[in-house]
Formats: sequence, C-alpha cells, structure tokens
Amino acid sequence: MLVRADRVHRSVYADPAIFDLEMERVFGRAWLVLGHESQVKAPGDYFTTRMGREPVIVVKESKDKIKVLVNRCMHRGAMVCAEGRGRLATESERFVCPYHGWSYDRGGVLQAVPFASGYEKDRLPKGLKPVPRVSVYRGFIFASLAESGPGLEEFLGTAKASFDDFVDRAPGGELEVAGGVFKHAYNGNWKLMLENHLDGAHPAWVHASSVAVARGAPEPGKPGEEHYYDIAVRQMRQNGAPDSVWEAIGMWTTAHGHGYMGDYHDDSRLVAGMGNPVFDQYRNKLIEKVGEKEADRILRVTLWNTILYPNCSFMSQFRQLRIIHPLAVDRSVVYTYSFRMKDAPPQMFRDTVAFANVVNGTGSWVLTDDLEVYERIQHGLTSGAVDWVYVGRGHGRDVKEPSGAARGATGTSEIFIRAQFAAWLRYLSAQ
Amino acid sequence: MSAMNVEQFLYHEARLLDTGQLEAWLDLFADDATYWLPLERDQKDPLETSSIIHDDRTLLELRVKQARHPRAHARQPLARTVHQVGNVMVHSEKDSEIRVNSTLQLIEFRAEKQRVWGALVEHRLRRMGDSFRIAHKRVDLVNSEGELDGIAILF
Repeated sequence: MLVRADRVHRSVYADPAIFDLEMERVFGRAWLVLGHESQVKAPGDYFTTRMGREPVIVVKESKDKIKVLVNRCMHRGAMVCAEGRGRLATESERFVCPYHGWSYDRGGVLQAVPFASGYEKDRLPKGLKPVPRVSVYRGFIFASLAESGPGLEEFLGTAKASFDDFVDRAPGGELEVAGGVFKHAYNGNWKLMLENHLDGAHPAWVHASSVAVARGAPEPGKPGEEHYYDIAVRQMRQNGAPDSVWEAIGMWTTAHGHGYMGDYHDDSRLVAGMGNPVFDQYRNKLIEKVGEKEADRILRVTLWNTILYPNCSFMSQFRQLRIIHPLAVDRSVVYTYSFRMKDAPPQMFRDTVAFANVVNGTGSWVLTDDLEVYERIQHGLTSGAVDWVYVGRGHGRDVKEPSGAARGATGTSEIFIRAQFAAWLRYLSAQ
Repeated sequence: MSAMNVEQFLYHEARLLDTGQLEAWLDLFADDATYWLPLERDQKDPLETSSIIHDDRTLLELRVKQARHPRAHARQPLARTVHQVGNVMVHSEKDSEIRVNSTLQLIEFRAEKQRVWGALVEHRLRRMGDSFRIAHKRVDLVNSEGELDGIAILF
C-alpha cells in the first residue's frame, strides 16, 4: 500500500512508473482547468496548453461553443499549432500542419490534404481528435480526457463557492485574464506545489527571510500617502502572522481532493483593503452594480487559497490562478495568470499585478524560497533510506460537515494532503 | 580615482555583483531609482503587466537584505556569477541623464546547477562627482517569456 491514513510512500513522488500511471489515470480522467473564456473571446480565437502529456488547442468554434482539440496531426503526428495563442480570423482560415500541409478548420475537421489521390479515401481521418468533455463554470474552461465520469458541478462540489467568490467580486460580473503570464519551473514532482499552497505551517519557516526584511522595511503609507512598495511590504509581512492566526484559519476539503482556506483574509486584513482608498472606491462600485446588501454578502466571503485537484490553485481575493503542468516525475512547470475585474477601479488591477510580482513571480522574494524547498524535498524523497512521508498533522481530528466537505481540526491540519491522496488513490485504483 | 567613463562604470557595477558586494552595488542606485526586469518582450508598462522584477529603491534594498538573511533558502549561499558586459553604446545626454545600451551575458552557478543568461540592458546614469548614479536599469532577458526556474540573482 502506497497510501496509508497518515502517510504516503516516497515512491509516489519519485517513481517514473507511478508518474506514467498518474498521467493516464489522474490527468487522463479528472476535469482539468484549462483557462478562461476571456482568452477566447471571438469565434476563431485559440490558445494552446497541455492536459497532462497531451498538447491541446482550446478554440472558440462558434459564438456559444468552445472546443478542445488534441494538438497532433492525424497524419504523421506533428503539432499543428505552435505554442501560443492566436485567431483564425475567418471561417476559411485553417490550422495547417507544417509537415505535409494537412489543414483543419476551427472545429478540427479535416478540410484539405495535399496529394489526396495518394490516400484511400475511406481511410482518411475525419479531423483532429476532440477532447471528449468540455465544460465552463463561471467563465472558467474545464476539460476531461475521459469519455465519462462525474459531471463538472459534481466534481467541483463545495469548491464551487471559491469560483463564485472569484467572479462575484467583479463589479461588472466578469473577469478577464490580463497582465502577463509567469511560467515558473522546478525540479520536483507536481504534487509538491499542491501540498504547499494550503500549508499554514510553512510560511514562518520557508518565508522567514522575506518576512524579516518586510518587518524591517519602512511603514506602508497612510491613505493618500501610499508608496509603490506598500503592497509588497504588507504582503510579505502577512506571511509572518502569529501561529494563532494560522491555527484559526478554516481548512476544508472535498471528496474529489479539492481544498480551500477561509477565515483569514477578511477585508480588514486584506492587503488591497486595509483602509486603502481604492478599496472604498471599489466597494462603492460594487454597491452601485449589485446593491448594498449583495455587496456586503460578497465582501464577507473570506475564502482564500483554493486547490482544485489535480491541476489548479487560485486566490479569489487576489485574482491569481495557477495551472500546474507535470513534465516528468521530478520536473514541473506552473503558469500563473492574473485577472482584471470588469468595472473595478484601475488601481485594483495594478494591485493585482504588484501582488503577482511580489508573491508569485519567478524572481519574487516569496516564490523563490518555495521552489528551493520543493527541490530539496525531491532530493530527499529520491533517497531510499526512508520510505514514508508523514502527513499526520491533525490526523484523527477531522470534522465531517453537512455540506459533504471535511474540515481540519485547525487551520494547519494536513487534512488537505490526506484528501488529495484519498482522491489520488481512487483515480489510480479504478481500472 | 580618475573620472570614470561609462564603460568603466558598467564594469565596476558588474564586478561588485560578481564579488558579492551587494551593498556597494545598491549604493550605485539613486534614491529615486527603478530596477526593472520586464516579463514580456518590448513591454511598455510595469504597472499593468507583471515583471520578473520591478523595484523602487526601497524594494531593491529589501532584495539585498534578503540575500543576507541566514534563512534565505534560495539565496544562502548566493550563486556565484560572471556578468559579462558588452556592446556598450553611449547615447547623448538628455535631462542630465545619459542613456546607455549594453548586452549582458551572465553565467550563474549554484547547487550543482549552471545557468546561462543573455539580456539587452539599458541604463540611465546621472553624473555624480567622479562617477555615476543609476537612475534606471532595465534588463530584458532573452528568455523572459520562457519557462524559468526561480531567479534569485541580481542582473
């Protein structure tokens, strides 16, 4: 048994054969977050990404339909679309394979084959392989490589509330991907990131240096006297919150391995809030759009980091979303996106960009220490001298809630890792 | 010290970084300086698009202080580096600032990993006695949009 109640075997992080099985049974079955509708606004818009090992094209086929196509020519296998994004501006524009010129329309249907007379007509494929299930929740695009399985809403369960929070906070009711994409890589297993983002016991240690320098920094400005550095200083200081704050955080998990934190960043503590005049402008805008009662309800939601197992982590209040792409058992890459809230004051987005630079950026004070630790973990787990990884913080004290979620006894419970492995085991055990 | 020319100043700056004199390097920056590694090619704006680094003088100082912290896991020990400055082109002075373009090739070694960087660099320099102060430094890495391992060095 690789997974036990309070520990897992190190091979799940280090064995290439298990990684192969994960790509087939976890990334080949689960709903994966691929992106956001704002990345494919007009018919013909597309971007490329990965689903586990599969390179895919996400394309707006028509006004109401998003299609996900395996980015591999049906002839000899070349990727038909180079990495990136673009638009097939007219219906007659094609994805054209660079090798022999096979061309496919927006929906992936094979349209033209040079030297066509050389092929047996009934042996030609119909088009690029479509990913069988595609669905959108509140603007976020999901797909699954499996023909069947739980529907998206069932899969999301109570984690839906985090997406609702993300979108509801936009006064105009919509989000837009903007501000550039950080792509950071590390020599470590993909699960290490998902086991870190809800871990309230790590900031005091991993981020000790950035907490210390932020504490020694000049004080952030009072309203009307803000500095450029304020967001950075405030955010880094927050990682140094006392243990009692981390313990008091709400920590929930779902049956599909998702997890989310709450009860920490209420708006009086939120970096963007804290008496910031732009936050008042933002609140007023929200009231103008949805009314005072609804605005109060929205701003009282205190969900924070959310992990959507197995490929996504996001912060609704800071409008950041990360997608993890496993490359090998010991190599992963993470794409970090920022979102602009429709009809919010422009400074709100500038704060999002500053937050991204400070916390999630490839050269930031904070992320770099996380990446260093992931690599040290991978080194440690490659050693065969010790077999087990102990994830027992809070074990035996988990609380089942009526919603179906399970809650950690305290905010620093490792319940979210145990929930991830419970889901992992189900994915891997099913034939 | 005789009056430093621009090229000598850039070599001096590189030497401070390569010999771990980060505080002396920081002192080269004016109080109102900015230090910028854009994320995107030809990036115009540091406020509405993310940057690998976009620091004012206060934040740059925090970066140097972090590098000295005993529990700065990604920075202790600091990487060893060679900053190779080339193709220095001095443009005319404007508003008492000299705009200088150069190229940077950088070799970094830490934790059994050697990395090579290439960048187009722009300095805006102010004359200060026999030397200069850096008012603005922009470093456009050729792989800024690529999939990059964590960056814990200074360029």
